[in-house]
Amino acid sequence: MSRPGGHPALGTEAVAARLRGRYRAERRFRVACLTAVVVAVGFLAVLFASIVAKGHSAFRQTHLGLEIHFDPEVLDPAGTHDPEALAQANYNSLVRGALAQLFPEVTGRSELRELYDLVSNSAAFDLQNLVTAEPSLVGASRHLWLLASDDADMLFKGAIPRAVPEAERRVSDRQIAWLDALAGQGRLELRFHTRFFTSGDSREPEMAGIWGAVKGSFYTMLVTLVLAFPLGVATAVYLEEFAPRNRLTDVIEVNINNLAAVPSIVFGLLGLAVFLNFFGMPRSAPLVGGMVLSLITLPRIIIPARAALTGVPPSIREAAYGLGASPMQVVFHHVLPLALPGILTGTIIGMSQALGESAPLLMIGMVAFIVDVPQGIFDPATVLPVQVYLWADSPERAFVEKTSAAILVLLGFLMVMNLAAVVLRRRAERRW
Amino acid sequence: MNLLPLLTLLLALSAAGYALGRRRAIRLVAHPRQLGSLPGYYGSWILLWCLLPSCLALGAWLALEGTVVDGMVAAGLPPEIQELPAERVGLFLNDAQNLATGNIVSGEVDATLRAAADRYLDLRQRGRWARSILIVLLTLGGAAIGYRLISRRLRAMRRVEAAFKGILLAASTIAIFTTVGIVLSLLFEALRFFQAVPITEFLFGLEWSPQTALRADQVGSSGSFGAVPLFAGTLLISAIAMAVAVPIGLLAAIYLAEYAAARVRTVAKPLVEILAGVPTVVYGFFAALTVAPAVRGFGDRLGLDVSSESALVAGCVMGVMIIPFVSSISDDVITAVPQGLREASYGLGATQSETIRKVVFPAALPGIVGGILLAVSRAIGETMIVVMAAGLSANLTANPLEAVTTVTVQIVTLLVGDLEFDSPKTLSAFALGLVLFAVTLALNVIALKVVRRYREQYE
Repeated sequence: MSRPGGHPALGTEAVAARLRGRYRAERRFRVACLTAVVVAVGFLAVLFASIVAKGHSAFRQTHLGLEIHFDPEVLDPAGTHDPEALAQANYNSLVRGALAQLFPEVTGRSELRELYDLVSNSAAFDLQNLVTAEPSLVGASRHLWLLASDDADMLFKGAIPRAVPEAERRVSDRQIAWLDALAGQGRLELRFHTRFFTSGDSREPEMAGIWGAVKGSFYTMLVTLVLAFPLGVATAVYLEEFAPRNRLTDVIEVNINNLAAVPSIVFGLLGLAVFLNFFGMPRSAPLVGGMVLSLITLPRIIIPARAALTGVPPSIREAAYGLGASPMQVVFHHVLPLALPGILTGTIIGMSQALGESAPLLMIGMVAFIVDVPQGIFDPATVLPVQVYLWADSPERAFVEKTSAAILVLLGFLMVMNLAAVVLRRRAERRW
Repeated sequence: MNLLPLLTLLLALSAAGYALGRRRAIRLVAHPRQLGSLPGYYGSWILLWCLLPSCLALGAWLALEGTVVDGMVAAGLPPEIQELPAERVGLFLNDAQNLATGNIVSGEVDATLRAAADRYLDLRQRGRWARSILIVLLTLGGAAIGYRLISRRLRAMRRVEAAFKGILLAASTIAIFTTVGIVLSLLFEALRFFQAVPITEFLFGLEWSPQTALRADQVGSSGSFGAVPLFAGTLLISAIAMAVAVPIGLLAAIYLAEYAAARVRTVAKPLVEILAGVPTVVYGFFAALTVAPAVRGFGDRLGLDVSSESALVAGCVMGVMIIPFVSSISDDVITAVPQGLREASYGLGATQSETIRKVVFPAALPGIVGGILLAVSRAIGETMIVVMAAGLSANLTANPLEAVTTVTVQIVTLLVGDLEFDSPKTLSAFALGLVLFAVTLALNVIALKVVRRYREQYE
């Protein structure tokens, strides 16, 4: 770095000092680079830690242990044991009766309403189902664990601070006192929340579940896979094995590469304008969602599939031709099976990206509030990531942990898919 | 017949056709070796004759059925309804359809509506029968033609393989149709929008408030569609994202490619890339519920007034999402720089960081720039993070602590919920989509050009 003759007094000391400076710069640069990696991985850790910290509590929900007396006076005053009359009975009053018995001092109308608000609306449905399944319960008494309301649940989990003034929290001082009394009697317990995995969406956080969204995601992914996989593999095979070098082939290749870079929301606009408005397909249906996602997924399948096909050595093709195979036989009997692990790896990764996609699905109406669990690809449905978006928008405090838990489930699915891809890739790595 | 049984029947008939073709070919000659092709090819020959015409017809039928039935019901409506404006007729038809399928109807059910709904049901029922008969006839007819064409001189293999090749070609043209579909649908709706709002006002107007009047006599909501605040907001958030992603991504790539031991690399590289695999709703949730309150609290302590939907939060979280795009492309490019360049530099006495900064980085620059441009197009098109963490109101500001809105946020807010397809409010989303598509496409093309033109040719 020093110019010869430029500094007559340049001694070894100056050289050594400069060298020390250069080594310091070297260390600084290295530390900066290492910091960048640590920061990136740190972001990942913070992201996961915050989701797990918020979401893990949602898998256990507060339940109220109550003595329920299946009073024949209420359920079956006529004594007919008619299942229809049993199904229409007022089960709410059973729950209320049990609660009022525990707190006989509560009498005022608004006070009683506050007391009843501690139990979820779903308790009555649960009792109804119990009686329908087992009519002999009428007249008996049972100790049952019923779902508490979302506010009671949040308080019991400590998510609602008790220190703030009464007007600023969703539970009153009286309710807190009752809940503390119930907890003291061992009547409040965190139990595994099966309903979260088995029911559809609901406006009540304690009744809301992800099963509807999971099934919606399943149907949507099914349509995506059925459309995108054959089309993607056919395109890759054509471009890699059969296509002549001409204008059309070039146009196709440029298009595929550009489509891979188009923002997904633009595909949503395409779905809205073409599939919904032009062809009049049903809104909110997994069919349309799957079609839009398959267009997004196509380039993500084609590009790795082409790489996998190029990876099959020409000697395989030549050997097959040498034995008299036709071009189709060469490709479908020999090249494609060898490229299949690589193609499947690309497909799984493409599908996992499609599973996390939500923006295009908002455009085609898969964002509606849907309680029913979809039964097919034509039913209105939503998907897991959109469910996350919907819950994240809900004002209730209890939806924060539901959202995080839904994210955990979504991340779980993605992790399984990516692990499968990694395993497949290991097996596909074949030295020729 | 419903769709699923019909498809099953179609497949069963085709399978029978395959068996038939095979048998006929074998019976045609004394020994299968005398055939021009393997017997299976004669089976596939009939299979194709069964499936191709009927599948094409079925696809066309399904695509057009809705429109044709609507038209037929509309033509059969009493004149007093036909004279209504087009959107009222559309509403009426919609109600009739809902009544027919047992959904909730918006207005009162009267006799004309009931009649229209009955007509819907009747037409659909007949349509299903006509469809089934048509498909079965086409399948059987195709099989008959294929069967008659089988002779000793038929070169079944060549024909079947040519047909397969045609199918493969057709599959690969889907990409073209998708692009054409995107361009046409965006252009068509955007042109309708530009009839209501001049394109110059859209591109250069400074005020965005798409609330249009529901009634003509309403005041104060004429709607203005100047998209400059949206473009500015998008650019602001993307710039913040790139300010986070480029340094971290680039330095991380340098560390992984140049410094890290092989074992560290095999662990750290996938870890960084997980950031790209996390769904964007998750980032949006994280930004809105964890980062935004934290930044707001921190700002309060410093005495700054930070909006809870600040551009800073959305941009930073988006930047984290983009880190792996920058780092993995840069990593690839840096690793591709020939080892000889590094060794020559070491031989001249340069330290490792000097080599990286003065030799490797310049050699890798075109690829890195291309990667960054792709990341920018990613940031501009990103939707969920900004929908959940950025604002809705269009502010024209460069202050990252204030709430701004972006093009994608506006598209989502305009198109989610009940839509009327002739108001400029809805159509403006397509104009925004067109701008978004054009910009990301241009960035993509430029990125590829940069990479191609400035790539150093080694060896």
